[in-house]
Amino acid sequence: MIQLENVHKAFGPKRVLQGVNLTIPKGESMVIIGGSGTGKSVLLKCILGLIKLDGGKILVNGEDVTHADRDAFLAHFGMLFQGGALFDSLPVWQNVAFRLLRGSLKRPLDEAREIAIQKLKRVGLTPDVADLFPAELSGGMQKRVGLARAIAADPQIIFFDEPTTGLDPIMSGVINDLIREIVVEMGATAMTITHDMSSVRAIADRVAMLHGGVIQWTGPVAQMDDCGDPYVDQFINGRADGPIASVR
Amino acid sequence: MILTPVAGIGRSTLALLAGIGKIGLYFLQTMAALLRPPFYLREFWNALWTIGYNSLPVVGLTAVFTGGALALQIYAGGSRFNAEQVVPSIVAIGMTRELGPVLGGLMVAARVASSIAAEIGTMKVTEQIDALVTLSTDPMKYLTVPRVLAATISVPILVAVGDSIGIFGGYLVGTGRLGFNAAAYLKNTSDFLEVWDVTSGLIKGAVFGFLIALVGCYFGMNSGRGAQGVGKATKSAVVTASVLILAANYLLTELFFTG
Repeated sequence: MIQLENVHKAFGPKRVLQGVNLTIPKGESMVIIGGSGTGKSVLLKCILGLIKLDGGKILVNGEDVTHADRDAFLAHFGMLFQGGALFDSLPVWQNVAFRLLRGSLKRPLDEAREIAIQKLKRVGLTPDVADLFPAELSGGMQKRVGLARAIAADPQIIFFDEPTTGLDPIMSGVINDLIREIVVEMGATAMTITHDMSSVRAIADRVAMLHGGVIQWTGPVAQMDDCGDPYVDQFINGRADGPIASVR
Repeated sequence: MILTPVAGIGRSTLALLAGIGKIGLYFLQTMAALLRPPFYLREFWNALWTIGYNSLPVVGLTAVFTGGALALQIYAGGSRFNAEQVVPSIVAIGMTRELGPVLGGLMVAARVASSIAAEIGTMKVTEQIDALVTLSTDPMKYLTVPRVLAATISVPILVAVGDSIGIFGGYLVGTGRLGFNAAAYLKNTSDFLEVWDVTSGLIKGAVFGFLIALVGCYFGMNSGRGAQGVGKATKSAVVTASVLILAANYLLTELFFTG
């Protein structure tokens, strides 16, 4: 379970998070929606410890992330980055097996490669992709490799940062389905940030809308369309008029 | 209005001091990371190959032309007071003490500091550094330590190779263009060259190598966003590394050869 209690973060005079409170129960898929620049990525990076909080508390399975042992804490996480963030200098299989080739989860080389190939198959890629370099792959393939890397060490918690950005609608659908299948299959807790509404409907158990530095609304995805919140209503219907200013 | 240029100088000075402080802190973090496991051997070998072996052509070419030009200059200068015979010894001493390490260091700075800053800067803007952290890997240990260690080891070796090639360049010009007897040239070189001439240059090379990699990694890690940010980081890395090499060279020369 992930709990965010009164989380604050500012960059200079810009107060991005102004008291975020949110609970993501174990095994649930939470999708955070919100406009560009509302702090969705900042929130995610705060949970991972990539950005230091100004105030508030983040608890993962009851443990305060700011006091946790970093390696042990991060060993429970998998993350799919917006642009894939694959390491250019390494072939695909070493990207996928990165965590399995070093550190506390280190495995023998052959075993790590075998696991990498299994994970690549799981995301719909053939074994011949394993020895290619990231630059030789299409955007959709890179996203799948990123997904395979995120699940390589069977994490308990997986984060997805804009998983469908830059992909065509069909590939977006494929990635959305894969994420949903994998999260259900692994029983993992998932947190996705996106402003792609097809992703929200495909991936989410629950949805939270971040606006003005706070969670404006949260609830089950089935209630999202009829929640009556004017911010959510404007956002999910893509209207220029409403409480959210179109020029930000 | 009159105060505007003064305020500008003040801002630049403060920015410079802040920059020195940040590089100083980065230096301390690097030293701390150097001493703590884990050590990424594969990254170290890769860095040794790209920084050391791949820099051999540029260092070798720089050295051979410098040695040749040095022989011509010393001959022309020495002929003013009938001291042409000093060409072999001055070429050897000049190459080993000064020109080998400094020019080799500057060439490696141009080649390596830029590539390290551009590579790490690109990794930063494409979130690869964040990805490393989420994969329980400390970027300081995975990216900085292997490069700094590899450059500190490989640049003195490059300097040694450059010294030899530079002296050989002087020999080629001395015997081919200036009419020196080959055996006399070699004897003159070996008679006057001392071990400290060579080792002082190698120590300089190690210091320059450390500075080159440290500065390259620092600017890469602190790169701004986008292509412009990476370009600026690359330029700053080369300029800073070059200036630091020249400043460190003066300090080391003062330390080694005076007093």
